[in-house]
Amino acid sequence: MSKILVIAEHDGEKLNSSTARAVSCALAIGGDIDVAVFAADGKAVCTAAAKLKGVKKVLRVARPENGKPLAAVLAPQVAKLAAGYSHVLAPSTTFGKDLLPRAAALLAAPQVSDVMKVVDPLSFERPIYAGNAIVTVKAPAQPCVVATVRTASWAACGEGGSAEVADASTDATLPSHSRYVELKQDKTDRPDLQSAVRVVSGGRGVGSKENFAIVYKLADKLGAAVGASRAAVDAGFVPNDLQVGQTGKIIAPELYVAVGISGAIQHITGIKDARTIVAINRDPDAPIFQVADLGLVGDLFQILPELEAELDKR
Amino acid sequence: MKILVGIKRVVDFNVRIQVKKDGSGVETAGAKQSINPFDEIALEEALRIREKGVQAEVVAVSIGPSDVQQQLRTALAMGADRAILVETADAVQPLLAAKVFLELIQRESADLVILGKQAIDDDCNQTGQMLAALWDRPQATFASKVELKDKTLQVTREVDAGLEVIDVDLPAVVTTDLRLNTPRFVKMPDIMKAKSKPLATLKLAELGIAAVPALEAVSYAAPAPRKGGHKVESVQALIKELHDRGVLS
Repeated sequence: MSKILVIAEHDGEKLNSSTARAVSCALAIGGDIDVAVFAADGKAVCTAAAKLKGVKKVLRVARPENGKPLAAVLAPQVAKLAAGYSHVLAPSTTFGKDLLPRAAALLAAPQVSDVMKVVDPLSFERPIYAGNAIVTVKAPAQPCVVATVRTASWAACGEGGSAEVADASTDATLPSHSRYVELKQDKTDRPDLQSAVRVVSGGRGVGSKENFAIVYKLADKLGAAVGASRAAVDAGFVPNDLQVGQTGKIIAPELYVAVGISGAIQHITGIKDARTIVAINRDPDAPIFQVADLGLVGDLFQILPELEAELDKR
Repeated sequence: MKILVGIKRVVDFNVRIQVKKDGSGVETAGAKQSINPFDEIALEEALRIREKGVQAEVVAVSIGPSDVQQQLRTALAMGADRAILVETADAVQPLLAAKVFLELIQRESADLVILGKQAIDDDCNQTGQMLAALWDRPQATFASKVELKDKTLQVTREVDAGLEVIDVDLPAVVTTDLRLNTPRFVKMPDIMKAKSKPLATLKLAELGIAAVPALEAVSYAAPAPRKGGHKVESVQALIKELHDRGVLS
């Protein structure tokens, strides 16, 4: 039977929702599931992780060096903690993408990146060519299976568990060659684009940087994050970190509203796991309408204010 | 200092790839091949470090069949001082690629390795991290800004929560994100000049690297297409449908 170690992502206080998605993947593999929390303290994070459905044990690896998510510091500990496990999983977020390959190399194991589906405990589907093809790969059982979990492909596992929380430690030697300086975050009340439940994105059709205000306005009305197509980014309407698509962020919100976006393949790649896609575009033949659940043809500068007014009524 | 830059040959990002009918792979025959876009950014960053007046030699490294020479010539035309091709006809997975780079780092006594954060064919996003682990040196992945300060690098990284800044001691591995820079265009005289720059070829089999465990590709398939919906006539109809679907509650 499989014994699975899931590496939790958190900010020191709160468990990141991507962890519950990785646990869903572990449930699909089947077996005993433990969650490892590396933190300076991590008690609150462990309490949250212990509630995740299907988790057997939460391992708290607390030491001051674990206060910041430095891969060079965490990877040797992950590799040591992995002893006795058949699988080591982490969410395929920037945290997991940074950390897990480093741990895999220390374990002398290949890594399966971005697991979308579990075929059997050793075989997985993963996207290649920006999701334009899906490959089924089989990982060797030895030394162990190391994989990142594509969060957009997995719903969060539910709560209702009551796992035991145990302190754990390793004798890993930690390097001093890497030092955390700071995290710069936009001072905004808007949700984070990567994990937002609702996203409103603007494209070339929005026309200018100034016009993008209309997209922000609708987003605020919906409590949504703001995104953009590559065309809008390249035109300088918005900064690059708002780019949704193959070379930007790949997202899976409950609601995605595409405003003035034609729907180039590289953009569709980034949104095709959204639950409901709404497209607003002047061109009735725009490719975005082929993937949208609900389409509205017309001038966005008329439709968006109307939409806001209508939302206010409710 | 010596900077190694990884150059991977991939199907050009503008090509819409197709899965072979028998599911045995992706149809790449005849498709336009280019330098992986993230690797172009890696090379550009190395060139900018050299152009800032740092004494640096920039070495472009690729692993692949002999055709890859074409992309290495492009790298030389962009400004790399010399190139090394580690020749193999087989597909190379990240763990093996990392071992090859480690071997070259040791032969070349490199101070800095800059790689793309991922290749746009296999989308693994692993090689830089694996190399840093095997080398037992720092990694600064998904870099959007790199500042060289004597024997350390200050790197701004694009992470989901924002921009993370870390300091790492050299030698180190950096992997590039899209915002790091915009690679230069190659000019005609540089293409001519690149023809006389040194390009060494080594056989992978002769590097003495022991076999590493690898993933087996079982089958390939096209992604399930997303089912389209329908158009609505008005904003009111749109809102009603969203409500009915429980999306707005």
